[in-house]
Amino acid sequence: MSALVVKNLSKAYGGVQAVDDVSFSVAAGELLAMIGPNGAGKTTCFNMLNGQLAPDTGSVEFEGRRLTGLAPRAIWRLGVGRTFQITATFASMTVRENVQMALLSHRRRLGALFPVAAHQYRDEADALLGRVGMRDQAERACAVLAYGNLKRVELAVALANTPRLLLMDEPTAGMAPGERNELMQLAADLARSSNIAVLFTEHDMDVVFTHADRIIVLAQGRLIAQGTPADVRADPRVREVYLGSLHA
Amino acid sequence: MSSSAIAIQFLNGLASASSLFLVAAGLSLIFGVTRIVNFAHGSLYMLGAYMAYSLVEYFGRTPLGFWGGVMIAGLAAGLIGAVLEIVLLRRLYQAPELLQLLATFALVLVIKDFALWVWGPEDLLGPRAPGFDQAVAIAGRAFPEFDLLLIAIGPVVLGLLWLLLTRTRWGTLVRAATEDREMAGALGVNQAWLFTGVFALGSLLAGIGGAINIPREPATLGMDLSIISDVFVVVVVGGMGSIPGAFLAALLISVIKAFCIGIGEVHAFGIDFSFSKLTLVVEFIVMAIVLVIRPWGLLGRPSAVARGPGTVEDPLRAPPRPLLAFGAAMLAILVLMPLLSDAYTLVLLGDILVFALFSVSLHFIIGPAGMHSFGHAAYFGLGAYGAALALKHLMPMEAALFAGPLAAALGALLFGWFCVRLSGVYLAMLTLAFAQITWSIVFQWDTFTGGSNGLVDVWPAAWLGSKTAYYYLTLALATAGILLLWRMLYAPFGYALRAGRDSPLRADAIGIDVRRTQWAGFVLAGLFAGLAGAVYAFSKGSISPEVVAIPRSVDGLVMVLLGGIQTLTGPVAGAAVFTWLQDTIARNTDFWRATLGMIILVLVLAFPRGVTGMLRRRFMREPA
Repeated sequence: MSALVVKNLSKAYGGVQAVDDVSFSVAAGELLAMIGPNGAGKTTCFNMLNGQLAPDTGSVEFEGRRLTGLAPRAIWRLGVGRTFQITATFASMTVRENVQMALLSHRRRLGALFPVAAHQYRDEADALLGRVGMRDQAERACAVLAYGNLKRVELAVALANTPRLLLMDEPTAGMAPGERNELMQLAADLARSSNIAVLFTEHDMDVVFTHADRIIVLAQGRLIAQGTPADVRADPRVREVYLGSLHA
Repeated sequence: MSSSAIAIQFLNGLASASSLFLVAAGLSLIFGVTRIVNFAHGSLYMLGAYMAYSLVEYFGRTPLGFWGGVMIAGLAAGLIGAVLEIVLLRRLYQAPELLQLLATFALVLVIKDFALWVWGPEDLLGPRAPGFDQAVAIAGRAFPEFDLLLIAIGPVVLGLLWLLLTRTRWGTLVRAATEDREMAGALGVNQAWLFTGVFALGSLLAGIGGAINIPREPATLGMDLSIISDVFVVVVVGGMGSIPGAFLAALLISVIKAFCIGIGEVHAFGIDFSFSKLTLVVEFIVMAIVLVIRPWGLLGRPSAVARGPGTVEDPLRAPPRPLLAFGAAMLAILVLMPLLSDAYTLVLLGDILVFALFSVSLHFIIGPAGMHSFGHAAYFGLGAYGAALALKHLMPMEAALFAGPLAAALGALLFGWFCVRLSGVYLAMLTLAFAQITWSIVFQWDTFTGGSNGLVDVWPAAWLGSKTAYYYLTLALATAGILLLWRMLYAPFGYALRAGRDSPLRADAIGIDVRRTQWAGFVLAGLFAGLAGAVYAFSKGSISPEVVAIPRSVDGLVMVLLGGIQTLTGPVAGAAVFTWLQDTIARNTDFWRATLGMIILVLVLAFPRGVTGMLRRRFMREPA
């Protein structure tokens, strides 16, 4: 069954049709990559899925519930985790506290005025950090972490509410090439073992073709191709978009 | 109102708009380029007025003497502005925004006492402008010629500034730096001289704005803070950094004010309503409305992205044992104090405790919640007046002591709803606006709040009547309040506040309603500021509108920043040092403001992270 179903999504900025009638779906446990050249509409499309942007037309459904019109925080409560292209963590908190925040929020305990926050769900946070290989850095401040490690922390935070859909906007952007495959492998393993649907955008084609189960290709706001990595690799339209008509 | 009266009020409004626009344009230029909210801008306006007065007296009341005096006063203000920029502000461009603000406020104190020293405490009304000292008949009424001249000056200066900014290379650089300071720097613009130049120009405009007004309004020592709040409103309503916006806002506000005076008393639906009393608040009401509808002002644009890491706080750790031991020892000493000291010291200690609670409650909102409030006195004042009025009309003192904080929390609930919709400078200005609205209500509602006289006979119940008993009450309530606020910062709620400050994007993405969290934080901070106000009211036995006035809000900021905003204990240390200093200096010199201002300047330049920040770095070998 499809976890995420996107139907006829469109968005225009002034006269520019940034996203034009895009439809696709992601199944539980599946890794779907959204690719396309710069300006293809990936980020716009992404921001409509996570509630930061309202679409002009079309619908986004998660497990049969309409997401369009919901705030990001409401979408998260339904079981959708997110990581950002430029990492967003709480810099004045430790790695563990960042995860504890998500756990506290998930249990709706963030209004509490008196218990000590750092003592809440400590073991659970450490377990999540263990899954992304950050257990030994739990006490460090997020402000001083290396970028690749911040990405791992974000992943742990995203897993805290046991999401059934994970939206990852350029999960490996800004990382060294070696780290990229490692992080994506980690995300893929976690998703498959927990049956999480994953939608990610990515510029690194090596990462995309190694880890994605399926790929959708956007160009000038339109979905021009979709299928397995092998299908997409062979698709002449994709070649044209990426390599220019020279090779067509 | 007849149509001729309407015409006259309209012209009156236009005449006051000009001076306001000149000063506001200067502030807007300075803010646009340097991103410094310059409290001392009002002081340059004041200096302009005083200097023009003296120069005109010296040159003689001839046309040349008058206009020469005005121009030289303006140029002198510009020169002073340039010197201040080079000597002081240039060292602070990398410092946190609030610290810059503190430095400019210290300048306000120094300049005020300088003016007191040179010109004395009397108001000085200038001569009528020679050549423009007659009245002309407009719509059958007499209207001063000089006011017609003022009406013309506003658009002329707007035109000149427009030419300067769009037709000269320097103007292009100013606009580039306003748009994106770092990009302008990267393109090789010499920022140091550009900033100095902008400061000089802005100060010149402030000086002329003050100088040109001396035939209409006397030069007084209070005009610096009264103009600065007006000018903040104009700049924010118009949009920070927008000169045409400042012009539009100055016109709008001045005309509305003039009409409020013109309408006067209105009798409708069986109630008398005085529009003229509305003049003190009307600009703030306009500002609140504009900011809610257009959060960036009438002609402003969303502020440019601030790049760079800023200052990131260290994670909140459990207090180390030595600190706990030190705190316990301090508390023990405070408990024993009545046995060791005289009544005077006890009263001073009581004040310190009250202001420690006040400053911790302010830190709660500006530190962890990241909401820069310039108007925290509103909640202190609501607490004080709430408690005093409850005592007078409703309940015994013991209950009134808690009714005060509730009144403050209700005020924070109302004002906070608006405030959490804004951020940065706009938020700061809106909090200032609400504090001024509260102040002017308290100041004018003679029959209920006692107006400018305040309320007297606000004494504690008999069993708390002795100095010692009241000291213990103060100690208990202040300590409990401070510990509760600190505890909340260690609790999930305090973490949620910090989450909203650190990364609103991430906070939203993990289900945190940032606005609601900030709103709740605002109310809690207001509640405890109100408790401080209520305790303060009963300790003095009387209160006046001073408890809600701007200097009270600024005192709070000084305490927090002096102590260091990045630590929990900082605000307590800041309150103790500041209250003690103020008391000591006030007893030993007539120029206590200047002395205090100089001390603040030295501290700001020496310890940009606050006193506790410095101590922490020193003793805990923390990296800088």
